[in-house]
Amino acid sequence: MFKQRLLKAALASVWFMVLTFPLMGIQLNRVDNVVNWRFDRTAMMGVGIFVLAMLWNWCFERRALGLPIIKLPDKVINTAYCLPARPLFRRGLPAAILLGMLLMPLVSSIYQTNIMISALLYVMLALGLNIVVGLAGQLVLGYAAFYAVGAYTYGILYEYFGLTFWVCLPLGGLAAVLAGLLLGLPVLGLRGDYLAIVTLGFGEIVRLLLLSQADITGGPAGISNIPRPGFFGMEMSLDQVTTYIYYLVLGAVLLTIMVISRLKNSRVGLALQALREDEIACEAMGVNTTRVKLSAFVLCSCWAGFAGVIFAAKTTYINPASFTFMESAMILSMVVLGGMGSITGVVIAAMLLILAPEYLRAFSEYRMLLFGAIMVLMMIFRPQGIVSSERRQYRIPSDRQNVTDNKELSA
Amino acid sequence: MNPVLEVRGLSRFFGGLKAVSDVSLTVHEHEIVALIGPNGAGKTTFFNCVTGIYTPSTGDVLLHTGDKTTRLNGKKPHQITALGMARTFQNIRLFPGMTVLENVMLGRHCRTKAGVLGALLRNAATRHEEQNTIDRAYELLRSVNLHNAYASTAKNLPYGAQRRLEIARALATDPSVLLLDEPAAGMNPFETRELENLVKDIRKKYNLCVLLIEHDMNMVMSMSDRIYVMEHGSCIAEGTPEQIRHNPKVIKAYLGEESDA
Amino acid sequence: MIDELLYFLELFFGGLTRGSIYALIALGYTLVYGIIELINFAHGEIYMIGAFTALIVAGVLGMYGFPAVAILIIASLVAIIWAAAYGFTVEKVAYKPLRGAPRLSPLISAIGMSIFLQNYVILAQTSDFVPFPRLLPDLPFLEYIGYIMGVSDFIILVTSTITMVGLTLFIRYSRMGKAMRATAQNRTMALLLGIDANRVISVTFIIGSGLAAIGGVLIASHMGQVNFAIGFLAGLKAFTAAVLGGIGSVPGAMVGGIVLGLCESFTTGYFSGDYEDVLAFAMLVLILIFRPDGILGKAKVQKV
Repeated sequence: MFKQRLLKAALASVWFMVLTFPLMGIQLNRVDNVVNWRFDRTAMMGVGIFVLAMLWNWCFERRALGLPIIKLPDKVINTAYCLPARPLFRRGLPAAILLGMLLMPLVSSIYQTNIMISALLYVMLALGLNIVVGLAGQLVLGYAAFYAVGAYTYGILYEYFGLTFWVCLPLGGLAAVLAGLLLGLPVLGLRGDYLAIVTLGFGEIVRLLLLSQADITGGPAGISNIPRPGFFGMEMSLDQVTTYIYYLVLGAVLLTIMVISRLKNSRVGLALQALREDEIACEAMGVNTTRVKLSAFVLCSCWAGFAGVIFAAKTTYINPASFTFMESAMILSMVVLGGMGSITGVVIAAMLLILAPEYLRAFSEYRMLLFGAIMVLMMIFRPQGIVSSERRQYRIPSDRQNVTDNKELSA
Repeated sequence: MNPVLEVRGLSRFFGGLKAVSDVSLTVHEHEIVALIGPNGAGKTTFFNCVTGIYTPSTGDVLLHTGDKTTRLNGKKPHQITALGMARTFQNIRLFPGMTVLENVMLGRHCRTKAGVLGALLRNAATRHEEQNTIDRAYELLRSVNLHNAYASTAKNLPYGAQRRLEIARALATDPSVLLLDEPAAGMNPFETRELENLVKDIRKKYNLCVLLIEHDMNMVMSMSDRIYVMEHGSCIAEGTPEQIRHNPKVIKAYLGEESDA
Repeated sequence: MIDELLYFLELFFGGLTRGSIYALIALGYTLVYGIIELINFAHGEIYMIGAFTALIVAGVLGMYGFPAVAILIIASLVAIIWAAAYGFTVEKVAYKPLRGAPRLSPLISAIGMSIFLQNYVILAQTSDFVPFPRLLPDLPFLEYIGYIMGVSDFIILVTSTITMVGLTLFIRYSRMGKAMRATAQNRTMALLLGIDANRVISVTFIIGSGLAAIGGVLIASHMGQVNFAIGFLAGLKAFTAAVLGGIGSVPGAMVGGIVLGLCESFTTGYFSGDYEDVLAFAMLVLILIFRPDGILGKAKVQKV
């Protein structure tokens, strides 16, 4: 049995060494016109694949036997299940995290604060995308387009009309909503995979238009010198304004979390989840699926619009390169990693995927490679994400005294 | 007795194929009507035409509720459900990852109003409506005897319970007609008996009429008031169970099928 | 008048050249979609890897002084074989474990695979554009029509025509081709008839990837340079072509590719080159909205 596994892994290792040899093992030096044979890399590949293949097969064997891939000791599992129920944990932990987040800019450097700001911005974006992808199960691949619409709304309105951040924030959201409606109305009736491709096409069209309409958008050079948000006309140093933006983004994230958790636990949220589970049954049960999808789509694009305006204000410089398909894919991988529909999971995933490459320099080169691998591996081994969606507790009639008073029951 | 669901001369073509041709059917108030026929006779296509998943090629589907008559042709499934017709599916289509209670609550969607704004503000009206939805859903679960499992995930329910949950979910839409597509498929005789009683109870309790597709002849014969028989897309017979039992055309259709098998 | 006609012909053949490349890649999308109903997002990357592999092999052979014709043949063969192997591996790793999973899972996995492969090429080679060696021989008889058609256009047209005819014959008459058609029509039934679905799927990926590699080598020698990102745009356009012709339909992919190529060529030639890519995406969006079954596709009835 073990021997067989070794053999299988060895085979896989040889296969991958041969497969990757032309790209990994050969480098052309055009200056000196010589070939660099990189057998070292191929050998490393072989060893790496051998280990991975062992792991891969082991995971599948565990799964075939119906066992969890990682078996934590019962004690750990029990504590993990009980923890959320403990008031100290339920209220204490979020409070502690919030306190930490509030205090952070006071002790950290501008550099650190800036990293945190972009991480928080991604949290906001990922939570917004989570409405459509996670809750409603509709794959949208052109999310960056709405982000771009928000950012460019601010950039253009400032450049031509001198409008300020606070005026542009709602306008950016509105513009993104209009873009969302423009796209959403005709396409939301499409089947899942077609919808994904159409939104991808839309995202690329928006980016290409931003590139080609140079007299309005500045083309590839984009728009620079966008002002940072003001605070009642106060003059602020760079240090102060960074701190200010930090709190702004933190506030936006908290608002996002509140909005999405409320949406999720509402009548519309329930319909969205039903839509994700079975669209035909959902419609047959009286849900106007187009309308529900559209509201999710609009809310999602609105959030991207807000995030876009904040992004433009934070970086003071925007160009189409920030709104490519890779950007959409990156945000999507946060949602996938975090768990479709799970708020906690998506927050953790977005933080992890942005902060880890920042702080572990060795990682940053492999960042996008990692994002790709995460999407594949999560789909195969844990499609529900690191935190599977929290289920809400309901107050059922027998928990209450006045069951019999409720006349509607017998209707 | 007043007719509630009235289908006149309904046909549905797929390209050159006539899946249903010129079928007329009426379900009266408080009636249980069965639609039977060999596999491939077009029963489910007929159902799908009536519930709006397909648009009928010709013919009328009329729903009489109160003193209002609505023509359902070309209406979307959700509109038809809102007008008072609910269905279950041949191969159970629950929302597998949602809880039992949530499945039924979703059925209330078309009878409630709270929108995105209400969800975000969570004002008194929204909360009140939501609690009503929960109460009503729980009550429906009680009537199909699933209330103790209200918090379990739908996919973890045993097969028979899933069928009952589907019925409860359909009832949550306050239908005047309930369409059941092979509700007893895959059930053992005991479960089938239970189901029969359940459907009869529901009819009485919620004052509705039922149209069902079913293969289990014992159940069909004992519970239906009237039976329609379809073969090759057409309706070949109609009548009380007793009449159908002795109808030579029906016997031929069924024996013919058996000799094939 | 003559000038206008020549210009028109130049655009026409330019469009045909492009279109046949799109068609070659589109076939991979359509074959896979026909069988497992998956938009193989990583297909564009396979095409890119095919082009890259050919470039590296050609470079090595060139440095060891092989004659041009030998380089062309060896590099193309290696590219086709390796691209097919990549396609096979991608299917085994990223899609096979997801059979029977919800529809969006393999699609997300495919997107992940696409990103992974792009970055794999960046890390293994480079993120810059790399010049592609001139491999195609001079064909003296083309001098007479040199105004309207270059050597590479000619070779692309001939090669892709031969390839497509070959594929059509293969699908129509070979045992495997019949099995593929049967699986595409009804997988369960094909299984019951003793067709090994896994093998059919593998073969589909291998053929599709091989075709993409042919397209990759041809376009790379036509354009003269490659980088890691060429697969994304080409893949999307080829997908547009596949949808245009009706996804799942083999002749549809060919027709769709040609139509898209001609549209692009004429728009660029008579209007402006700025909107070439916008046009393709706009077509993609519009077709999916208004005629998702394409020109030659058949409308499907949703099963309940």
